[in-house]
Amino acid sequence: MSAPAPPDLRIITSRFEFEDGHTLAGYERTGGYGGLRRALTMAPADVHGEVRIASLLGRGGAGFPAGVKWGFCPPGVWPRYLVVNGDESEPGTYKDRLLMERDPHQLIEGCLIACYALGLSQCFLYVRGEMAHAQERLASALNEAYEAGYAGANVLGAEDFSVDITLHWGAGAYIVGEETALIESLEGNRGMPRLKPPYFPASIGLYGQPTIVNNVETLSNLPWIVANGGEAFAAMGAESSTGTRVFAVSGHVATPGVFEVPFGTTTFRDIIFDPRYAGGMRPGRTLKTFIPGGASSPWFFDEHLDLPLEKAAVDQAGSMLGSGAIVVMDDTTDVVRACHNVVRFFARESCGKCTPCREGTSWLEKILSRILAGQGRPQDLDLLMDVCDNISPGIKWPPRQTTICPLGPSAVSPIASALERFRGEFEAYLPAAAVSVATSSGAAP
Amino acid sequence: MARLSPSSLAVAQEIISRYPVARSALIPLLHLAQEQDGHVTEEAMAHIAELVGVAPAEVMGTCSFYEMLKRAPVGEYMVNICNGISCHLLGSSELIHHAEATLGVKPGGTTDDGKITLEAVECIAACTEAPCLQVNYRYRNRVSITDFDRLVDDLRAGTAGVAPHGKLAMVRQHIGDDRRAGAAPPDGQGQPAWLARNPSDAEAGP
Repeated sequence: MSAPAPPDLRIITSRFEFEDGHTLAGYERTGGYGGLRRALTMAPADVHGEVRIASLLGRGGAGFPAGVKWGFCPPGVWPRYLVVNGDESEPGTYKDRLLMERDPHQLIEGCLIACYALGLSQCFLYVRGEMAHAQERLASALNEAYEAGYAGANVLGAEDFSVDITLHWGAGAYIVGEETALIESLEGNRGMPRLKPPYFPASIGLYGQPTIVNNVETLSNLPWIVANGGEAFAAMGAESSTGTRVFAVSGHVATPGVFEVPFGTTTFRDIIFDPRYAGGMRPGRTLKTFIPGGASSPWFFDEHLDLPLEKAAVDQAGSMLGSGAIVVMDDTTDVVRACHNVVRFFARESCGKCTPCREGTSWLEKILSRILAGQGRPQDLDLLMDVCDNISPGIKWPPRQTTICPLGPSAVSPIASALERFRGEFEAYLPAAAVSVATSSGAAP
Repeated sequence: MARLSPSSLAVAQEIISRYPVARSALIPLLHLAQEQDGHVTEEAMAHIAELVGVAPAEVMGTCSFYEMLKRAPVGEYMVNICNGISCHLLGSSELIHHAEATLGVKPGGTTDDGKITLEAVECIAACTEAPCLQVNYRYRNRVSITDFDRLVDDLRAGTAGVAPHGKLAMVRQHIGDDRRAGAAPPDGQGQPAWLARNPSDAEAGP
């Protein structure tokens, strides 16, 4: 078992223990804005270089290397924008809200460093609408940062570096976490994803200009990386998953919590069972299944516990670390209800733009609802898989898409996982007659 | 009230000034209208359309997409019980059933006294604190049946310390004129000045 991060190895949650960590005074006292000061002594391209060396993977869900994403802006096209994705709403995910509430200056400093490194002319900080406290913490911090000369005109007195950070807030829609939907929303539109290509808003984004969209946790790492160097960051964690990551462990565990751990070396077993983290199952209970990376990810079981929290290893095992959301279910769990809960989420949050998602997710939800109501039909379990196959052909991992964003295919994960492993529990909900027909006709694979 | 009041209008104009394209202010302005009236009125949408230079139907189009924006009156307090997977595993269904029985309404309904609107909502990012809820977007963590009953009593007595529906952040961003870098319009200037600090690398790109 690998050792948990000692307190001095925490990067982005290091100020959570201070009552005043969210204030400018508390932030400056603990080294705050040191990364920005250092960045301003460097050439912007060298700051970008440090982030490449750090191999910082995006913390929003897809895990794409931030330094590479930053390089996708077409040369010579100006202005460019920074959009911060603070629309955290993947079920089970709880980290960006804490980072915004408890250490807002760290995020602001990260934004300023990114703007400096890439020549981004304005930053839009998009906070989820339901997060009123995060909005006011960021508003207070921004007001302090402007007043003290860190943000706005002539950052730290530099005559040539001025950038506004505009606080923006949403109004309730999961799909807006998809980066092109986020941009649509920021332009004042309905939050529906844009057709791809272009695949990255870095080429065509906000107002048609090159736009970098980064997650809150991703940007919150920048002050440390610039202050300590990309190599120091890359030395932490695993070779392909560097630094630390923040995971929320929720559900049926003894001590649910949000933990910053070395990325790539800590295992699922560590974070779920170690008393320093989630402390294992509730007394007398055993593990049934767990969701490793938010509601969109295929479920994991006992045999996956020793996998490291490392992107490549988890991808290869058929799921994803996603947004750092580990949801644990013990032997008391009704998996059919749990599966319905997750599918209902996607059905409700589908924006309706693509037919396979709009129709498919709502049919999946309807079929699961009638199964739960004891009105399932003999062919319903195969029908579920058939609808899944129409949303995401082949039901493979990583999923194939018939839609322009991954929301629809995400609804396939819980059904494929639960049906494969716990088919008997679904059958138990079918009326007795339905089961015997299904069995005798050989409908079950 | 219906259109934005003079004080709301002043806030609206400050918000609009922070964006290079006025339409981007739409959602914050709709929240502002909701803060003023408790919901978003047709007149407010028409006023906002004038302010950002789009048709009222476009404002309606945006407004109707987002769950928080209410186009009909709701209770003074929105009680949103989380029904995400983490809360589901720790009893949110029971909590929702209890709330329905206690308040005498289904999710989406408002109590007869106009005080409370009940909703069952998707994950609100407090998963380690399940089951949780929000009252006008302020968190209550690890909510028991007893906690819920006490909350309802407090809301009815006006002692819960929660602002009426529509009010979100208690602090607004404010940028003093001398500190403002200025919104960057999409058809604006070329390469930002500071990139010239190292001319050989600045345009290198990927």
